[in-house]
Amino acid sequence: MWNEAAQTLPVPDLRALQLERLRTQIARVYDRVPFYRARLDAAGVTPADIRSLTDLARVPFTSKSDMREVFPFGLLAVDRDEVVEVHMSSGTTGKPVVDAYTRGDLDLWSDVMGRTLDMGEVGDHDIVQNAYGYGLFTGGFGVHYGAERLGALVLPVSSGNTHRQLTLIQDFGTTVLTCTPSYALYIAEYAAKQGLDPAALPLRVGFFGAEPWSLEMRDEIERRLGIRAFDIYGLTEIIGPGVGSECAQQDGLHLFEDHFYPEIVDPDTGVPLPDGETGELVLTTLTREGSPVLRYRTRDITYLMPEPCPCGRTSRRIHRLMGRTDDMLIIRGVNVFPQQIEEVLLRVQRVEPHYRITVDRDGTMDTLTVEVEMSDELFSDDLADVIALERAIERELHSETGLQARCVLVNPQTIERSEGKAKRVFDRRKVTTHV
Amino acid sequence: MYDADEHIFQLRQISVFLENRPGTLALATRVLADAGANLRALMIAETERFGILRLITDEPDAAVAALTAAGFRTRLTDVVGVEVPDRAGGLADLLGVFAGSEISVEYMYAELSGRAGRALLIMKVEPRDDALERLYDAALY
Repeated sequence: MWNEAAQTLPVPDLRALQLERLRTQIARVYDRVPFYRARLDAAGVTPADIRSLTDLARVPFTSKSDMREVFPFGLLAVDRDEVVEVHMSSGTTGKPVVDAYTRGDLDLWSDVMGRTLDMGEVGDHDIVQNAYGYGLFTGGFGVHYGAERLGALVLPVSSGNTHRQLTLIQDFGTTVLTCTPSYALYIAEYAAKQGLDPAALPLRVGFFGAEPWSLEMRDEIERRLGIRAFDIYGLTEIIGPGVGSECAQQDGLHLFEDHFYPEIVDPDTGVPLPDGETGELVLTTLTREGSPVLRYRTRDITYLMPEPCPCGRTSRRIHRLMGRTDDMLIIRGVNVFPQQIEEVLLRVQRVEPHYRITVDRDGTMDTLTVEVEMSDELFSDDLADVIALERAIERELHSETGLQARCVLVNPQTIERSEGKAKRVFDRRKVTTHV
Repeated sequence: MYDADEHIFQLRQISVFLENRPGTLALATRVLADAGANLRALMIAETERFGILRLITDEPDAAVAALTAAGFRTRLTDVVGVEVPDRAGGLADLLGVFAGSEISVEYMYAELSGRAGRALLIMKVEPRDDALERLYDAALY
């Protein structure tokens, strides 16, 4: 097991380590980050008040909007000169969230991503084809650093160009595939279309994340590609991928909680819930240097599984994600909020601000359809005009969200009005796992 | 004696936006029926995602009011109706009138039941005034 000492630390020792790191971290950010100092002062909490892990509940939460407001370096806990790399969220809902890494942070990232890939026993004999996007997105580099740490050979192919992906798998004998789960299925389909048996490809394991996927989809990926498929978890606000991962038991995701301390809170009241109860995951980084975060509200719904795992790791697991507390959609790895779509429609004008968003899965690809009510001014007797309008909306949606969406114009009043919050989003992918 | 006004008509066409959903066309025609609008001519232009119903009725204002009340988007378009003799070459002769000009016929359709020996053709022509001038000047019979 990679870094076995850290991953199998007896629970009492792990708790002691977490408390020690937490106290150090809070003292450090209080000292160095005016934002956190002001928050803690306002809550009447000083670093000395944190005497146990439960005292963490006295620390105010940090939200995504908090992090955006201080773009780009407002939460930096080191001198800018110590930052050696930056990644960020796509910034689709406003300013992006910046994750600033020091050399120490990159070392940590390599370790936790090493732990992730080690779940599938990736080692120096393996060839890792990394089809996560390289760039500001955390996925590509996170996997790259982890694979490199384990001594594997990395093919940094990035996302897209499926024909080339397939050729590389064959030519190099790729054993490990990393990408979004829907792309993994797409590669399988593509291979089958080329007359190949996808299960006969040299692939052995895959690590998939960055979008929600169901257990049925996992079964399908495993069967079609003939691999073990691991669910991995991470977010830009914390470090990127490498916050947690399934082990070979495939029963919940181990959180690397010696570095990222988890709480589950009631999403409405913010009150911490005991292990085993379902609520919103809140994460505190214990060892991050550049971009430490206190009590980040992930908006992801899950519960903590404290039971010992047969794999020997002593960290608690989270159940695979069960939903979101907000209306964020994750489509082909891209985060989309309905209000972004609304903004596009308002910008395009000429259309009514009544719309309905449908997300579906067509084969292996997530599809985004936006139905918009036609207005009188918009309607033209000329087919080309109406088609041009649909195309213009699709272009705008693409530039706003990065997604290829399909715009369908509908008659007025066909989209249901309702008192208060309209039901505008229909996710038919059925990926949410219910308890 | 040929009298152009007997054969050339300036008509108001109603265009109706049709969503691509079963029953939309049936609903539109039911609304028109209830409004007492008899359909003299119609065509449907369709794309993969939506359609446009174009129609000529003797009661365009009542038809538009009823369609709008039923939630349809409509638009009135000025089109030209031309009667041609019901014989081989009738349409070719008509279009020959525009030969050598910049006039283009965007679309065309025919009346559902014309007078005996005559066919009424509905045309969207651009530029419309030039087209009308040529039509009035031509002796089609």
